[in-house]
Amino acid sequence: MKIYIRSSAAVSPQNTFENIEFLTEPAEYFGTRLSAIDPDYSKFIDAKAIRRMSHVIKMGVASAKACLNQGEVEMPGAIITGTAFGCLDDTVSFLNRMIEMEEEMLPPTAFIQSTHNTVAAQIALLLKCHNYNSTFVHKGVSFESALLDAVMLLNENEADNILVGGTEELTDASFTILTRLGLYKRWPVDNLSIFNTSSKGSIGGEGAVFFLLSNKENTDNLAEFKGVQTFYKPENIEEVERRIVLFLEQHNLTIEDIDLVITGKNGDLKNDAVYDQLNQSVFSNVSLANFKHLCGEYPTASSFGLWLAANIIKRGEVPAVTIEDEVNTDPPKKILIYNHYFNTYHSLMLLTAC
Amino acid sequence: MKSNLVNFELFNNEKYQLAQKPHFQICSSWLNNSARLSWQDYKAALFLIEKDKNEKSISFTKEQMDMTFDNKEATSNSADVYVAGVGVISAIGNNTVECLAAFESEKHGIGDITHMQTIHRNNLPVAEVKFTNNELSEMTGLPADISRTTLLGVLAAKEALNDAAIPGLASLRTGFISANTVGGMDKSEEFFIPFLADNKKGKLRNVFDHECGSVTEAIADQLGIKDYITTISTACSSSANSIFYGARLIKNGLLDVVVAGGADALTKFTLNGFNTLMILDKSFCKPFDENRQGLNLGEGAGYVVLVSEKVAKTLKNDPYCKLSGYNNSNDAYHQTASSPDGTGSYLAMKGALRKANLQPADISYINLHGTGTPNNDSAEGTAVKRLFDPHYPPLSSTKSFTGHTLGASGGIEAVFSALAVKHGLIYPNLRFETRMNEVPFSPETKFLKGKQIDHVMSNSFGFGGNCTSLIFSKI
Repeated sequence: MKIYIRSSAAVSPQNTFENIEFLTEPAEYFGTRLSAIDPDYSKFIDAKAIRRMSHVIKMGVASAKACLNQGEVEMPGAIITGTAFGCLDDTVSFLNRMIEMEEEMLPPTAFIQSTHNTVAAQIALLLKCHNYNSTFVHKGVSFESALLDAVMLLNENEADNILVGGTEELTDASFTILTRLGLYKRWPVDNLSIFNTSSKGSIGGEGAVFFLLSNKENTDNLAEFKGVQTFYKPENIEEVERRIVLFLEQHNLTIEDIDLVITGKNGDLKNDAVYDQLNQSVFSNVSLANFKHLCGEYPTASSFGLWLAANIIKRGEVPAVTIEDEVNTDPPKKILIYNHYFNTYHSLMLLTAC
Repeated sequence: MKSNLVNFELFNNEKYQLAQKPHFQICSSWLNNSARLSWQDYKAALFLIEKDKNEKSISFTKEQMDMTFDNKEATSNSADVYVAGVGVISAIGNNTVECLAAFESEKHGIGDITHMQTIHRNNLPVAEVKFTNNELSEMTGLPADISRTTLLGVLAAKEALNDAAIPGLASLRTGFISANTVGGMDKSEEFFIPFLADNKKGKLRNVFDHECGSVTEAIADQLGIKDYITTISTACSSSANSIFYGARLIKNGLLDVVVAGGADALTKFTLNGFNTLMILDKSFCKPFDENRQGLNLGEGAGYVVLVSEKVAKTLKNDPYCKLSGYNNSNDAYHQTASSPDGTGSYLAMKGALRKANLQPADISYINLHGTGTPNNDSAEGTAVKRLFDPHYPPLSSTKSFTGHTLGASGGIEAVFSALAVKHGLIYPNLRFETRMNEVPFSPETKFLKGKQIDHVMSNSFGFGGNCTSLIFSKI
């Protein structure tokens, strides 16, 4: 059975939403925090509902609906989301009020919307969709876990037209805390040149990217989704290399067959050391592209990487801003996405032209 | 040959060696381009070199290669998934034996709040695990200042894994699929007090494990499970979903063994959250009673060890049961309230029956979601009526003993369901007095043993309309 990406939509710090331009004029930020560019949500969500929704819910619902529209599917066979932090804004807001009000006279709305499954639930509610609905919340592989669930549902013939998404919001509180934890650079940087600054820390990001996966052929399909694999705490770089070779092998491919490798480089010295080592070994002879300078680093950022890969295959062009070094000019037919999250969670995704 | 010793130098070296061997001819098809020797070819090459040394002949299949060189079982789809072990900690007991004894003596675990510092002490009853964090820390050997959810999860998951006693576990592909609703919220609550006054303050250690996935990761590391780890959070159906996601990983041939379930400790965040919704009973909850006033929150952890057919055959003890049916449906009615006709619950139960290829009359016992809120029990009752009328199996809510343990409830109740199948048990629904107006059935109020229990249905429904039903069947 073949699995296709029928459509995709992304709300991100770039002009990716319903945009015909393909990262030709990348949004430039000076600082360490990239915020999603909000579309006109009223086109997707009723005005009364918008007022109650937090940013991550709005981003998630709008990108899910846009993805369904593009795929010309009204009712998905399943809705699966991945998010490491969930609905942070509502969570912190309820927590703060609880502390400030000393547990008295608390309004329920923030609590109601704080559960991690709120985005998937709101999509189901708006569509009146009674089908399979789940939310994965496992750090840097939340989105990949959701994808694997979708792949299994398709394999099991349990559902078709599966809506899968990765969502994350960066709030003032989480940005402050994650900065204190050393995730982001200490000084403002230009996002488009983070790979030239060899210093500690990355830049924070957020977004909501949805995909519609189907086992049906269609001329509008963006790409064929060959597979996803994750691994945890590899012992050394050799294990990472071996896993990459093995993953490709499972799809009867070798690294020489891959036209483009999209990696999760994020500008952090320690983080990027893993990619630099791989670029000397398994990835030494392939064209390389990056994406985290565009969307920022966040636990489900690999969903942006997958959006980029699917669009590169469909459009037959690699946006200049993503190119690491130089890229073969032929339109890429096979793309490998390799991402890792603090060298703890690693993921591989493979796409080919239909 | 341990696979992680392999590097590219060795790889090329072996490739060269291989070219010197007479067997080179045989594998020339794999080596049509010598620069493209892949891992699979490499393993084949190693095999042939080994074969060259001694004449012991092993059939050359991918499965054999994977077993020989990765020391892991080869991919094989498993039609059935078995429950090989169970582990639980809750307000009624710190393991399965203690919980069963509490059921038999009809002793619930609900009482005053003793661990949390909250204004709701002596006002809102909860079902606490009796140990303090310091005691849990001593029992687990983990620090006392980590999330209580992790401490509870480690105890139950270890009990389950020990109970399963799987021979040669280290050589099997093993996963840990857990669930919780608020991650390390108990520690985040401590962090946010100083942070709120000054955002340069607050011990970072207390917020480091805020994520749900952090709790799962910490438990997995204690179990030594590495092959696949993830977390599901779908409110109160979280761990029912983690159990059947785990079963599907086995059915799809991706794993051989999965420890699946969930954990949740009581937190001020959830206590106050549920309190704002005005669905907490100030007395002990009365699930499925006409005069029910709401739920009591509880805490704990429950895990089952799921194994493939192949692994089940190697067990010393018989598995508890099979996980024969499961379904996840969405009510799509309201973020927190259930639809009056219980559409989501009905679809979940019906879907699980279909998956298990069973009729409603085949079900021997239903472990209800039965929170004790007017809304849930009415919707669930209506859905049960729609599906089972006029022949109702015995049914009860064990939340009358354990309280509602949220993200842990599906796991804890899966353990109770597996035990019900194995030992022929039906658990009592405490404090039931008056039948609900909208349904023609009453829950079982006595502890029954020695019953013929073939199929147990376990319901878990949550915020966001997430409804999941599981069916555990006698082997």
